[in-house]
Amino acid sequence: MSERTETRPADIRTTAARSLTDVLVPLLVLALLLAAWQCAVWWWRISPVLLPGPGAVLAACWKIRVSLLESALRTALAALTGLSISIVLGTLTAFAFSQSALVRRALYPYAVLLQTVPIIAIAPIVIVSLGRGFSSVAVVSAILGLFPIITSTTTGLLQVDAMLLDLFRLYRASRWQMLLKLRVPAALPYLISGIRIASGSSIVGAIVGEFFVGDGTPGLGSLIQRKSASLVLSELYATVGAATVLGTLVFGLITVLGETVLQRRFGMSLGGRVSGPQSGD
Amino acid sequence: MTANPAIYSLREAVVHFGDLKRPVLQQISLRIPRGQFLTVVGPSGCGKSTLLRVLAGLQSLSGGELERSAVPASVVSGGGAAAELRAGFVFQQPALLPWRTALQNLRLPLELGAGSPDDERLLGLLEQVGLSRADASKRPGQLSGGMQMRLSLARALVHDPQVLLLDEPFAAVDDFLRMKLQDSVRSLHDSRGLTTILVTHNLQEAAYLSDRVVVLQPAPRGITADFSVERSRLSPAERRRAPEQFEFLQQLSAALFPS
Repeated sequence: MSERTETRPADIRTTAARSLTDVLVPLLVLALLLAAWQCAVWWWRISPVLLPGPGAVLAACWKIRVSLLESALRTALAALTGLSISIVLGTLTAFAFSQSALVRRALYPYAVLLQTVPIIAIAPIVIVSLGRGFSSVAVVSAILGLFPIITSTTTGLLQVDAMLLDLFRLYRASRWQMLLKLRVPAALPYLISGIRIASGSSIVGAIVGEFFVGDGTPGLGSLIQRKSASLVLSELYATVGAATVLGTLVFGLITVLGETVLQRRFGMSLGGRVSGPQSGD
Repeated sequence: MTANPAIYSLREAVVHFGDLKRPVLQQISLRIPRGQFLTVVGPSGCGKSTLLRVLAGLQSLSGGELERSAVPASVVSGGGAAAELRAGFVFQQPALLPWRTALQNLRLPLELGAGSPDDERLLGLLEQVGLSRADASKRPGQLSGGMQMRLSLARALVHDPQVLLLDEPFAAVDDFLRMKLQDSVRSLHDSRGLTTILVTHNLQEAAYLSDRVVVLQPAPRGITADFSVERSRLSPAERRRAPEQFEFLQQLSAALFPS
């Protein structure tokens, strides 16, 4: 046969080049911002009590590295616990939503509520039912991660190609077969995209959770609270920086992991479903 | 000529979509005998795809009736219970599951029905439609458009259907590939003793492939012409160049666009 697939080395090269650019360009921006910040501190001789320079912040990072690392690990653990809870609950809710328009209409407003209710408002409820501590922090983190997973996965389960639905109907597939053999695999890119967004939210949830429902054990949230009380600004900045790095790391890790599983195991890609800014052509 | 028993009999079939005032199909009567290669041509919106979906059981009738008969009574073995009519369907796009390999895509109809997958038979089927055994482990994304269409055709044949329903299956491929796919379909029709119903807006394709061509116009006009095509024993290449082809093509055009 003359119809063979052309492997497309050009495409692969551009993808690799693009992802390298995707990493390098933001890093360049970061470096420029840091340089501008350092120059501003020198030029106007800003007191380190008001605004420490990046150098001072880096020094502070090194100084409190042990407590930073310990706190980051605790926070990451709480966030990942919360994320796991929201993945399980969110996926189950999405299954229910996909099976009945009535259930969807009845419960969707409450799913939106999860997103809009301020954490400070639920904090007392969480404390009353679970007390202060790790599990409460994980629950707050789970609440924040739930909504993106529910909406994204529901969309994926419902947005199945009409032709594929016809194909399954043609062979008189049961509802169950349609769910397991068609809707679930077709929704995987959406689920992973939801988990990506939720991973960022779950870190935020864990840090905010430590503010309001934590018991003061080490964690980035409680460390930020302590550092802001002690007025050592360079160490506060260092902690905030560590929180940002942690969020980015988890987000990046989930993205790479998700995309690899999707591509290797299922021959699919996140495609147009990625939530970040798209590199325009 | 003795008429073969009908596989499908449509009597005054009507299809309405939701609240639309005008029906999509109106008063369509059509008898399709066993073994025929029937092509339905017509302009966009004439309801030809809907007609095919009705035959496949994917679209229910709003009025009239459809009779399906699987096998002539004398052939039904044993208990005499009416055997179910098995139809394979090829869509406008390959409609493959991207997360499954070619072989796994072929297994799907068997997984959904009661059939037991016999990989050796499936691999043979792959070769029959012009794919190689090496393609079995590839995912659709790794196959070209033409190969995907061939795989889709193989999948329609997996459960050994009596009927093949084709909904403009070659619309999205280039001319050269289309000719090859056309020949594959006709030879599968002949070798497997299929009844084939093809929907297309390509008149050349209709003239080349069919035993019979029906012209369908948008409701309320319905079926406005019904041609039988004499198929002389010619090779595919000779047939494409035969003067009868061009004469018939003109007749078809005249039926579709009366002056």
